[in-house]
Amino acid sequence: MKKQLLPAALIAIVIGGSATAFAWTAGVIGPRRVSGGTVANALEYNLGGAKPGYRRAHAKGICFAGDFRANGAGSALAGASVLKPGDTPVIGRFSLGGGNPLATDGRNVFHAMALLLRTPDRQEWRMALDDTPIFPVATPQDFVALQYASRPDPKTGKPDPKLMGPFIKQHPETKAFQDYLAKAVLPDSFGNAHYYSINAFRFTDPSGTTRLVRWQFVPETPLTGLDKNTLATLPKDYLVDAFITRTKHTPSRWHLQLIVANPGDVTDRATVAWSGPHRTIDAGVLTIDRAQPEEQGDCRDLNFDPTILPPGIAISNDPLLPARSKAYSTSFTRRAGEGPGPSAAGHDFAGQGAR
Amino acid sequence: MRRDPLHFAPLLRVIHWLMVVMIVTMLFVGVGMVSTTGPAYVTLLHLHRPLGIAILALVALRLLVRLGTGAPALPPDLDAPQRLAAKGSHVLLYAAMFALPLIGWGMLSAGGYPVVLTRATVLPPILPHDLRLYAVLRFAHTWIALALFGLILLHLAAALMHGLIRRDGVLQSMTWGDARHDRPAAQHEPVAAPAADSIDAEDIEPVSPPARDGDATD
Repeated sequence: MKKQLLPAALIAIVIGGSATAFAWTAGVIGPRRVSGGTVANALEYNLGGAKPGYRRAHAKGICFAGDFRANGAGSALAGASVLKPGDTPVIGRFSLGGGNPLATDGRNVFHAMALLLRTPDRQEWRMALDDTPIFPVATPQDFVALQYASRPDPKTGKPDPKLMGPFIKQHPETKAFQDYLAKAVLPDSFGNAHYYSINAFRFTDPSGTTRLVRWQFVPETPLTGLDKNTLATLPKDYLVDAFITRTKHTPSRWHLQLIVANPGDVTDRATVAWSGPHRTIDAGVLTIDRAQPEEQGDCRDLNFDPTILPPGIAISNDPLLPARSKAYSTSFTRRAGEGPGPSAAGHDFAGQGAR
Repeated sequence: MRRDPLHFAPLLRVIHWLMVVMIVTMLFVGVGMVSTTGPAYVTLLHLHRPLGIAILALVALRLLVRLGTGAPALPPDLDAPQRLAAKGSHVLLYAAMFALPLIGWGMLSAGGYPVVLTRATVLPPILPHDLRLYAVLRFAHTWIALALFGLILLHLAAALMHGLIRRDGVLQSMTWGDARHDRPAAQHEPVAAPAADSIDAEDIEPVSPPARDGDATD
């Protein structure tokens, strides 16, 4: 019996050690990590509770469809099929920032465009773009902290200055973003806004040369803004309803502009804009000619993960990109398990008997 | 395929140890990647999918080899519950090795995701795009993976128990060591494992405990 003590102890150490290493790798023990759940929980906290069945951010939106006609110029930067001359069908979603799917459109928040482009060879490019060229924070840690600091007080509807004040003091980039947003035109339509990639991505051309690139969709319709002083009087679903109505008779078009980083440009922090002249390639035209409530469109059950990229395009060192991917995935899994809720546009158009 | 009565077929042993490395890597990659929003998430995700499909291909080959060549008999002194545990745990191990990659593939299909293996290789979906289905499969993927890790720890504990305490040849049936059921178990100094090619196992009498230097193995 005694002879078996040593082997038995050895077995216990091997099994216990394996289990411990596994638990550490899973983040159950050891230093705390910012997981997808950490980000989703922070967004839910900021909202004052989860809205089951909806995206944890950009919950309010509408679906659209159209196509992207590439002129081939983008092939100079990446070998992806979608940039070669030709048409690629597009599915997408316009949305407004925040986690409330039924919030009013009269808010000074992100307007966003999400796209999915899939070529017949199964290459796929998903994008989640905002109408601001920069982002308020540079890291997932800061994003989580911002959600906790900026939770609106139910009484005032504004963040608690005791929390937000110190955050802003420590984060000049967030202050810069707020200052930008205060001055920026708030688009009065989804169809006339610029949409930016936010992060930089690594483009590799067929000869193997790698460049860091941001991109933007530049609208053909001139940008006009909402009156920020009368936002409260705007009909609740003004933007979503107006875009569905507009698209029935007028397609909306954008030019995809690929912007190559200059030496010295910041490529790993989405809080810093690129200024001055840049090599810019007009890669083609995006046309959106169908728009539907999420109940009828194809966009609701998709995760517009911006790290799903075709060959020739890869993520940069920007820490927001893996974090966006993981957090979107967590949000997607949560809402998939909860089952979808009705959308704002679905409400309105169901009431009007429209399809 | 030939198999000596005390060992698993050589090809099966090679696949077993290859899959040990792959599956343990896979389980650590899986729990590690979902724990973080850091850059490791994307890197590990890109490793997770091709590794999973490779495991699926290998386990399919492995099952064919296993069914074609059989397994060595368990030691005669194992009691019925232990035999049942041994057989049952191996069925579960095979089931999990098939289920996890298939569920992973099906889950990405149901979630509307491209199943990207390499930059140039994208697998077709095997299930319709359906979020309810995705949610069920996503849940199953996690819990079957955790169950597989538990099963592997049990399997490892049992193998070490056979190899270090019972010394009954069961562990050696999956290695190149001496796999007789009745090797002397209580020697003070460790038994030197003879080189694999020095044994012609068919000449070994499984019942009589031969003295080491009396082996007619060469």
